[in-house]
Amino acid sequence: MREIYTSTPAMLLLVIGSYFIGTLIYRRVKSSLFHPVVIGLVLVIAVLMLLHIDYETFHRGSAFIDFLLGPSVVALGYLLYEQMEHLRGHETAVFLATLIGGCIGVTSVILLGWWFGMDEQIISSLQPKSVTIPIAISLSKNSGGIPALTTVVVFFCGVLGSIIGPWLLNKCRVNNPIARGLALGSASHGLGTARAIELGAIEGAISGLAIGLTGIATSLLIPFFEWLLR
Amino acid sequence: MIRGICIILLFYFLGEMASYFMNGFIPGSVCGMVLLFAALMMRIVRPEHVKHVSHILTQNMALFFIPAGVGIMANFGIVAENWVALTVIAVGTTILVLLSVGISMQILDKHIK
Repeated sequence: MREIYTSTPAMLLLVIGSYFIGTLIYRRVKSSLFHPVVIGLVLVIAVLMLLHIDYETFHRGSAFIDFLLGPSVVALGYLLYEQMEHLRGHETAVFLATLIGGCIGVTSVILLGWWFGMDEQIISSLQPKSVTIPIAISLSKNSGGIPALTTVVVFFCGVLGSIIGPWLLNKCRVNNPIARGLALGSASHGLGTARAIELGAIEGAISGLAIGLTGIATSLLIPFFEWLLR
Repeated sequence: MIRGICIILLFYFLGEMASYFMNGFIPGSVCGMVLLFAALMMRIVRPEHVKHVSHILTQNMALFFIPAGVGIMANFGIVAENWVALTVIAVGTTILVLLSVGISMQILDKHIK
């Protein structure tokens, strides 16, 4: 019996079904606290704990959805191409702002980590926290971090940014749609982009672009700051 | 549809190959993204061939994060031990990045044309 409810179709149904229920609730409530990912995550973990299914077993069964993160990053290349017209005339500004964000992101994690007296291993896990999860996992592995911890923190930063991001940007009078999209994608990767797409086409396009740019910038900045600061 | 899936997987594979030759300096999916973008710009790939699949993938990206997010189950120990520092760093640096990018972009966009 156990083989049946830990099988791949069962795990896929659990993940996609939970996410589907999440989208239904989100459509009614319209509150960022009930983001489909939050509801999906809570439902999946609740079911796994109720049925005493461990993470390893779940991970094997849901590997297909995990794999789709890779192709979806590749597909961002198309999104980037499609929305290139929105970038025209803003190339230098976008490039500089992304670089500023990347530098501040990586150095602030290292400095705060030192201040808290954290293990190097945990700091390495946190460095790519603004980058989309598949990229963050590779970067974490490269610099000696714990990929699983990276996943959790990156995920948390994504949820956090997608929830408070638009509100915070309003408070600081950031009303330029390009600046808003770039900020959401730079700070909160795919989850920020999912939110940015809801704000508007330009926000969504630039946010998708920011995921790629932040990914590339962070890939280059982590080895640089490790060399500079350690 | 099938052609689109093949093109996306082909560029993912090419990206992984490029990443391998760079000793994993940049992850394969990112290389694939850059290569697909370049191929579209140089008209090697026709946009209408990948449009449908790309939209399906990017619009449902949040779903693909769930299995990774469930990883919190297996790492509860590390999170419980460091939760104060982890929360402060995650919240603080996310706000820092969000505002530094948003504000600097808004200012730069006014002055660089």
